[in-house]
Amino acid sequence: MSLRRDATRRRTIGILALLVATVVFILPFIFILFMAVKTKQEAALFLFSWPSEWHFWQNLVDVVQTRNYMLMLAYFNSIVITVGAVTLLVIFGAMVGYVLQRRPSGWNKLIYACILIGLMVPPAIVPTIWVLQAIGLFKTIHGMILIQVAYGLAFSVLLYRSFIGTIPRDLDEAAIIDGAKSWQVFFKVILPLLKPVTVTLIVVQSIAIFNDFTNPLYYLPGKENVTVQLTLFNFQSQFQSQYNLLFMNILLVTIPPLFVFIFFNRQIVAGMTSGAVKG
Amino acid sequence: MKTLRHSAALAAAITLTSGMAQAEVTLNLLLDGNADTITMMEALTAAYTAANPDVTFEMENRPGGSEGDNMVKTRLATGEAGDIIQYNSGSLFQALRPADTLADLTDLPGQANVIDSFKPVVTAPDGTVRGVPFGAAMGGGVYYNRKLYEELGLSVPKTWDEFMANNAKIKEAGKVPVATTFGDTWTSQLFVLGDFFNVQAEVPTFADDYTANKAKYANTPAAARGFQYLEDVFKAGYMNEDFGVAKFEDGMRMVATGEAAHYPMLTFAMATVKQNTPDNINDLGYFALPGPTADKNGLTVWMPSALYIPAASANVDAAKDFLNFVASVEGCQAMIGAIGATGPYLIKDCALPADVPPSVADMLPYFQTEGATAPALEFLSPIKGPALEQITVEVGSGIRPAAEATALYDQDVEKQAKQLGLPNW
Amino acid sequence: MASRRPSPYPYWFVLPAAVVFVTLFLVPTIASFWFSLTRWDLFAAEFIGWDNYRQFFKEPFLIQGLTNTLIYAVVTSGAKTVLGLMLAVLLTSGIWMQGFLRSVVFFPVLVSTIGVGITFAALMHPTRGVINLGLESIGIDGPAWLSDPALALYSVAMIDIWKGVGLATLIYIAGLAAISPEYYEASRIDGATRWQQFWRVTVPLVRPATVTVVTLSLIGGLRSFDIIWATTRGGPGFASDVLASVIYKQYQAGFYGLATAGNVILFLLIAVIILPLTYWFNKREVDL
Repeated sequence: MSLRRDATRRRTIGILALLVATVVFILPFIFILFMAVKTKQEAALFLFSWPSEWHFWQNLVDVVQTRNYMLMLAYFNSIVITVGAVTLLVIFGAMVGYVLQRRPSGWNKLIYACILIGLMVPPAIVPTIWVLQAIGLFKTIHGMILIQVAYGLAFSVLLYRSFIGTIPRDLDEAAIIDGAKSWQVFFKVILPLLKPVTVTLIVVQSIAIFNDFTNPLYYLPGKENVTVQLTLFNFQSQFQSQYNLLFMNILLVTIPPLFVFIFFNRQIVAGMTSGAVKG
Repeated sequence: MKTLRHSAALAAAITLTSGMAQAEVTLNLLLDGNADTITMMEALTAAYTAANPDVTFEMENRPGGSEGDNMVKTRLATGEAGDIIQYNSGSLFQALRPADTLADLTDLPGQANVIDSFKPVVTAPDGTVRGVPFGAAMGGGVYYNRKLYEELGLSVPKTWDEFMANNAKIKEAGKVPVATTFGDTWTSQLFVLGDFFNVQAEVPTFADDYTANKAKYANTPAAARGFQYLEDVFKAGYMNEDFGVAKFEDGMRMVATGEAAHYPMLTFAMATVKQNTPDNINDLGYFALPGPTADKNGLTVWMPSALYIPAASANVDAAKDFLNFVASVEGCQAMIGAIGATGPYLIKDCALPADVPPSVADMLPYFQTEGATAPALEFLSPIKGPALEQITVEVGSGIRPAAEATALYDQDVEKQAKQLGLPNW
Repeated sequence: MASRRPSPYPYWFVLPAAVVFVTLFLVPTIASFWFSLTRWDLFAAEFIGWDNYRQFFKEPFLIQGLTNTLIYAVVTSGAKTVLGLMLAVLLTSGIWMQGFLRSVVFFPVLVSTIGVGITFAALMHPTRGVINLGLESIGIDGPAWLSDPALALYSVAMIDIWKGVGLATLIYIAGLAAISPEYYEASRIDGATRWQQFWRVTVPLVRPATVTVVTLSLIGGLRSFDIIWATTRGGPGFASDVLASVIYKQYQAGFYGLATAGNVILFLLIAVIILPLTYWFNKREVDL
């Protein structure tokens, strides 16, 4: 009996939550969508209103064609940077977190200090450019990838370290007794078990890196190196703005993170279910 | 855009057919993201490439305002600024260390076409000229709605008291007297910066004394007046209800459509009107910020930005040739053709079309009358306190009284002077 | 030494990360500390000792900026932690449309700060914004959210929470997934109510996630800049200025040495707050 009551209750809570979520979280997106399809004049009014004319396709084409299809190149660059940096962040971050959690020693204090510095200290732009120039990585995509890795490492290590704590040590010890090498233990035993955290990290970091605006602005100059957030500059300027195209651009550059999320959202659920089954 | 790609294709075709080993050059341009800047530059580069098919251009946008300042400085300091940059003249130009970072353009033949009054604002401390003008000069005064003035039987004010009297009548008629747009904080400075003609008329030595740490805003009544104006307008309730968040574009829309009667603004704003409210372009008029007396009133003038060549550019000669074209009458006309006439250009013999909009026509007599214009303070002194726009927002929102604000601004100015390492500070 | 078996957790695991971090972060950061003692316009630096620090402490709005920073960090971090945990529990309890709701809560994280700033400036518009129009329809005269000096900071904090709570929720959901159902099973057999389960099982066992959420959101809050800059730019006037925006304005004005000095001060402030906190967290962890 209580089962049915439970189901009704869940439904009620669900509907309530849905209502609140609609108002709080979805309304702003509807606003973005409306703005993106309006005419330039109507968008300049900034009203939350039903568009009097739908210029979806026209605005979309306008945005995509601007500056010789710059947005397409930007998509490509941003995706390369994001994928490269996130891959390294997962591997490097997990490796450090693993050693940090498993092997207490005096070095750990130093590593913790570095993590905190990494989280707390805002990057020094000009000296960083000098370093990049000295090692020949300035204005290169792989230089940008390494910058994102350097800036994101602290967060990844912190995240991994706290979750590696939940993996029983018996597992790696068993593998070592079976004669596995340390890197084998890590890559074959530990890393797969970190899937839920890895998924979280991928989602969080890929969005942060994809949406990053200031770092590419400084470290990756050059038209051929344009990234998606920099395309917003084509439509936003201090004096004169075409808000319909700006919002269309916001809408378009939000799509890749949305795909990442939709794709990995299932993975998160799957990861959690498998965790539950294993108990 | 189309013409650009077209001419690039053309260039490729020419090289192919002629089989010549002509050196092809691509010049990298760093520009602010302003729509006018891009439109003008597209017209200029298209015209130049048509005549010189072996030269093509890559344009890169940067943010406006102080974010853009930082980016330009960073690029110059690291030697990555491309071949040509478009950037402010005056005190911001001086902050680039032009003698070290920019190429010397003193001997550019085109400099002969540049009006002399422009050269000082792009001259490095060592006396060499480093830039050519890009765009039209701007006035800092007040846009007004001519229809509304006609309806209410008002006449253009010559003194501040007349201005406030007009405002009272406008408010009575149920319209907004002074469009105010603190959502874009920089717009809050107009009453202070645009008043400089009046300051100088009363205290001719102010700019020099101010730079030499002898005159202060707080102890120079003429200079403090701009802050007082702002407070008066706020206290009288002459602003629009959403003054705290309204943006520059809202202000232009309000004054163009007659929702508001006045909007204190620089005259570059015409392009925005053309884009957002093209039907109202002839309803706008313009007058200089009124001062204490009618006989000493004139317009405070902002020089346009300029084009410079970074010293680290690999294509200095090709870039120079392009700037030579920009400084020619032909180049000037290409800019006018692209965005219309918004004000006088700094190129000799570069005539404006006869049918300029009324607000531009209102402005031109100031330029044609001897002694009716004065450069803004930022073209006479390297010091401009960075927090001015926040302070003017405070005064204009009733958070801080004008008397306190001038003292606070003096403090801000002192910091700037110290950071610049100026003598006497 | 040679006879000792190598640790199964070798230090070379740290090496690749360390190389990248030291070269691209630590070295430039240390260089910048030196620049904080100079008058620096990017082209040349002149040594001026502690003048920048003196100047920074003379900033007229430093005290207000400090207070604002603390308020902002505590409000956003507290709200993200509490709301994040509540949402995570709700969204793992098997409610109707759970998957969809999870996505919805996370949507704001996907949008860039520029987009969020522009959107909320419009929604919070005092006369035309949908929030105040909505309030008006039920007879409430809404305030000027972003341009009232008494309210601006809290309005921005609300936007920050809106944008960041999805991330906290996600971390909590991952944390909740790591809790073995056996614990719930056991406590149910002991006759614990849902409420008791939440306090006795969920809250203690989800601690690693709490540590992560609190630490990150607190540091994020103390350093917070993007959203403030995209919405109020520290205004009206200086009303919503935080330390990071005060620093950024020095940077913008071209006072690079002064800005670096400000960064050092901000770093020290964060260290003073975060270090004891992490020490406390780590100590508790050993106890567990």
